[in-house]
Amino acid sequence: YTANMSLDVTQILLSAQSADGSIRKHAEESLKQFQEQNLPGFLLSLSSELANNEKPEESRRLAGLILKNALDAKEQHRKSELFQRWLALDSGVKAQIKALLLQTLSSPVASARSTSSQVIAKIAGIEIPQKQWPELIGSLLSNIHQVQPNVKQATLETLGYLCEEVSPEAVDQDQVNKILTAVVQGMNASEGNSEVRLAATRALYNALGFAQVNFSNDMERDYIMRVVCEATQSPEVKIRQAAFECLVAISSTYYDKLATYMQDIFNITAKAVRGDEESVALQAIEFWSSICDEEIDILDEYSSEFTADSDVPCYYFIKQALPALVPMLLETLLKQEEDQDLDEGAWNLAMAGGTCLGLVARTVGDDVVPLVMPFVEENITKPEWRQREAATYAFGSILEGPSADKLAPLVNVALNFMLSALLKDPNNHVKDTTAWTLGRIFEFLHGSALETAPVITAENCQQILTVLLQSMKDVPNVAEKACGALYFLAQGYVDAGSASPLAPFFQDIIQSLIVTSHREDAGESRLRTAAYETLNEVVRCSTEETAPIVLQLIPVIMMELHQTLEAGKLSTDEREKRSDLQGLLCGCLQVIIQKLGGMESTKFAFLQYADQMMDLFLRVFACRNATVHEEAMLAIGALAYAAGSNFAKYMAQFYQYLEMGLQNFEEYQVCAITVGVVGDLCRALEDKILPYCDGIMTQLLKDLSSNQLHRSVKPPIFSCFGDIALAIGENFEKYLIYAMPMLQSAADLSAHATAADEEMLDYTNQLRNGILEAYSGILQGFKGSPKMQLLMPYAPHILQFLDALHNGKDMDDSVMKTAIGVLGDLADTLGVHAGPLINQSTSSKEFLDECLSSDDPLVKESADWARIAITRAVSG
Amino acid sequence: MAPPQHDPRRPYKRPAISDQQRRRDSALQTQSARRADAQARARSLANSLLSPQPSSPAAADQPPPSPDARGERGHDPTVADVASAAAKLRGPDQRRWFARQIMLPEWMVDAPPHLARDWHVSARPAGKRCMVVSSNGITISRLRNGTILHRFPSALPNGSKKGLSGPASSYSILDCIFHEPDETYYIVDMICWRGYSLYDCTAEFRFFWVNSKLTETSAGDPPSTYHRYRFSVVPMYESTLEGLQAAYSGSTPYVKDGLLFYNKHAHFQAGITPLTLVWKDNTCSQYLIDTDSEGQVPTEQHVVLELQEDGKLVTSDDPPIAFGSLDNEFIQKSNLRPGNLLRFSVRDESVKLVDGKMEIGQLQLAGKLNRSRTFADSHSKVLFQYAARHAPLRIEDLVAAVQSNSMEIESTDVEMQG
Repeated sequence: YTANMSLDVTQILLSAQSADGSIRKHAEESLKQFQEQNLPGFLLSLSSELANNEKPEESRRLAGLILKNALDAKEQHRKSELFQRWLALDSGVKAQIKALLLQTLSSPVASARSTSSQVIAKIAGIEIPQKQWPELIGSLLSNIHQVQPNVKQATLETLGYLCEEVSPEAVDQDQVNKILTAVVQGMNASEGNSEVRLAATRALYNALGFAQVNFSNDMERDYIMRVVCEATQSPEVKIRQAAFECLVAISSTYYDKLATYMQDIFNITAKAVRGDEESVALQAIEFWSSICDEEIDILDEYSSEFTADSDVPCYYFIKQALPALVPMLLETLLKQEEDQDLDEGAWNLAMAGGTCLGLVARTVGDDVVPLVMPFVEENITKPEWRQREAATYAFGSILEGPSADKLAPLVNVALNFMLSALLKDPNNHVKDTTAWTLGRIFEFLHGSALETAPVITAENCQQILTVLLQSMKDVPNVAEKACGALYFLAQGYVDAGSASPLAPFFQDIIQSLIVTSHREDAGESRLRTAAYETLNEVVRCSTEETAPIVLQLIPVIMMELHQTLEAGKLSTDEREKRSDLQGLLCGCLQVIIQKLGGMESTKFAFLQYADQMMDLFLRVFACRNATVHEEAMLAIGALAYAAGSNFAKYMAQFYQYLEMGLQNFEEYQVCAITVGVVGDLCRALEDKILPYCDGIMTQLLKDLSSNQLHRSVKPPIFSCFGDIALAIGENFEKYLIYAMPMLQSAADLSAHATAADEEMLDYTNQLRNGILEAYSGILQGFKGSPKMQLLMPYAPHILQFLDALHNGKDMDDSVMKTAIGVLGDLADTLGVHAGPLINQSTSSKEFLDECLSSDDPLVKESADWARIAITRAVSG
Repeated sequence: MAPPQHDPRRPYKRPAISDQQRRRDSALQTQSARRADAQARARSLANSLLSPQPSSPAAADQPPPSPDARGERGHDPTVADVASAAAKLRGPDQRRWFARQIMLPEWMVDAPPHLARDWHVSARPAGKRCMVVSSNGITISRLRNGTILHRFPSALPNGSKKGLSGPASSYSILDCIFHEPDETYYIVDMICWRGYSLYDCTAEFRFFWVNSKLTETSAGDPPSTYHRYRFSVVPMYESTLEGLQAAYSGSTPYVKDGLLFYNKHAHFQAGITPLTLVWKDNTCSQYLIDTDSEGQVPTEQHVVLELQEDGKLVTSDDPPIAFGSLDNEFIQKSNLRPGNLLRFSVRDESVKLVDGKMEIGQLQLAGKLNRSRTFADSHSKVLFQYAARHAPLRIEDLVAAVQSNSMEIESTDVEMQG
């Protein structure tokens, strides 16, 4: 039977790659059927196919790929299903499959070996954490001593993938030592076969995370570093590149162990940057960028409030390397490619070097300035465009990091030159970089937060504006940068109020941006997006005086949105472009709504447009595109808040899209935004939301029970329970039996979650916050109603949750604030009924005292509230 | 299958954050801020309106349509009740409600114990004591009797049409003294901030709050279109020797009118309280001894008392203290009514001090007061005025009290054996 099947399998696998669609489809159907009817047989025959050297390469490769996909998936839920499915398989079958895979590592066919090593790693990823397949690493390591280079190469590759799939904790240090030894030996110059050496170097990249202990041992670390550095000098470009990739990974994983090697590494990277192939040189530059990242993080932590617990000291590698590093990076700036600004995907030496220079400036601040300025001054007026561009780019790169005191005098001198270059330089690339640099000047040296004398004054502002508006008519890439510069110019005036020098030109600015967005070539270089984003920022900066102009913008934007909805039949490409435009227009309306809805003077006039806007948004929803859906939803949330209870009249029509948003598991951002909008609606409509609550609650409860929904949406859903309860008060009664058990089980989970890392802790705290906000809203919602008795049965659990949080000691301040607030709400709503319960809880004593003496005024505020409410409750 | 390639590509000439992400983040932030507002409103409404307040001494002051009236004490009304009650306060009711919110210091005739440890001191600005309320885009200041002093835009939260944030109806209430010469509201206390009530917070916390919250707004800026009057915080010192010195003789941008003492641990309490004290002498105040309607210091001390139904003449204290009575015949003949405020002169020789209480043998009617005055004198005020004329509490006495306090602090560890 099996033999018969495997014969068929070859043919089916080949047919599944046929150029003929119907043959392909039929073959795919057969494979699916086979898998559904007999999974063990299916997997076994695929493994046999992969292991069989008689079979064609194509069928073997596909067999391996299907095997791999049967073991892993991107989506978390599917992934754990596949894990469980594999673990449940008959152990005899699994042993056969594994034997076939290991056997394939010796195949003379390279692609079969490589596919097999990936499948082995996937199985290892499932089994090793379960303490299964203990002999795998041993048997792989025994392969290393094989004479045949192809087996050695495949084995090293397997070890590399294995390190990628398995977490370091799951492997004994003893085995880690053996893996590292095998890998580093394979990288050694004495290894004659370059395929083996390359596989070993790539394997080390993945194995670095396992080497914590070994990097703490001076001798072992020296050895690993020597071998890596030697590999950067290999005659094979792929090996050199892979070795530099290892150095980059080491720079972030073992930053604090690098001091003794930095001189050598500098020499190696400088040589690569100046003379090696671009793929190698780019990694060499990346090493320095990565060191900058580390030092910026460490220095950030130094300057933050809590200096005591920074675990890694700063070694100031960049500062020490500065005199040699900066000239090296400046050289790269002259290696631009023609028209690199027109190519979205471009990444070359000049770009990498300039980016690194920007990071260096952020790392060392003022010290970079004297090293860069001579280069700028020497090159900025040269006839060769490359020199002018490089000089401008260098100047633009150092504008973030150094102090305003240091930069302001230089910028004062440069500003006029830049403005004139933006209009007059004959080269587009130079103009592009000039406009970008102007944007950086406005971003970092302009705005009310700066303490130095302003670089941008009422006097030069008009000239700047004239130039930028002119430049917005230039070729798309230059115009896009000019929009970007205007964005930051406007942003700097966000707090200036009526004193903003932009106010007199407000109409012109808006007009120019609209014209720019209408350019036929606005689809190039992201120009249209930039024009709208800048328009948004200009709207955000509008004042009472300029608000009437913003008001006039509403019909203009609405008309454009209307036009997109009128278009007839569209190709896929055109539809996508239309969606982009709709997203931008909805985004713009959202910003306008927020601005005008918050101003008493314009609110009335603005709400005159509410009907029309709502009508357009509803039609946009009908187009069904995730980004647009999200943008329209955000706009509606803002509109609901501005319109207040008047929004009720749109609910009947809007409700279906609200529900649709809440059901959107795949595009979880849409779901998250919609959940937020439910909150907006609750606050706007208050009890008028009641008729829709059955539907909304059903959907939210479904969302919570779903394994498919991204976990980040769950905390806001809990908060949303609170919003609803606060809005509808005791009418929340009928949802209690569904919502409370969910809150309870989530509370139990989150109270006892041991957070493995900072990200997990962060999430746990978000979840706790959501649960607590739900309790708060529900308690306050029932306050004063006789039905508050219904909450009594839940009170002990809520108090246990608070006690558990207090005992856990890993709350952040915002959870602390919400938690102690819930204690107050409980006392406030349940009053004397809860008095004895509260008296028994530790929260009402130690936790409350802790919060009362908190340094965080918000925690203290909440605690003061709780204290008063408790005093009333316990004293009767 | 491709070998691992680790792309070193980084963002180039692009802002690190997209405008869309910015819109998304700002929407989420706004939502969570509004949730906090809604929550705070649900809590604070209940809090500030339901805290048991001592009833006002002025008989004319009927309580606002308080939900308390319907049920027995201890039976809390609902949030909805309170919310609607607060919203219903209009015109005179609203005026009276605010009038009752003011905290009135007793006059200091003796230094309280633990002055240095338990008290704050500040130099009181000369001017009109008022409650300043900002909400719904307007700021209103009301004098002690509830009448409006100014109606103006300010940079307080929701104090002007510009920059309304959060629910426009959320109140901020400040206890201020309006100082005419520089047209500035000097903040002496904070009662409510953005709808969050500070009634039940200690003075220490309220002062901390005033300082930290005021800097979050631009209410301290010079006047502008949307900010008619400047607000300024009155510096508050520990009541130590240095603090007392600073308040007493330090220079201030305003004209001083005595010193205010706040007990650090006291909550805000409407009405007269011994946990806030006022004291003055000729150095730190131009108005030590009360003047008559012509601005002259009368030869005999004057007191203002309220006529009660039964003819008794009482102070504004709670409970009121009677200093004498009028007979029915005299009341009818003089066309007086219960609730009238009457001015009397006091003969020195008719005053007796018994256990810190004052007894007056003979009151001489000196006139009826016009309506703008709503309150009778308090007992402590009468006593202070009497002392000021005879044996005033001097700054030296306060210094001595502070110094003796500091010795006490050192010896508090003694265990009592009794």
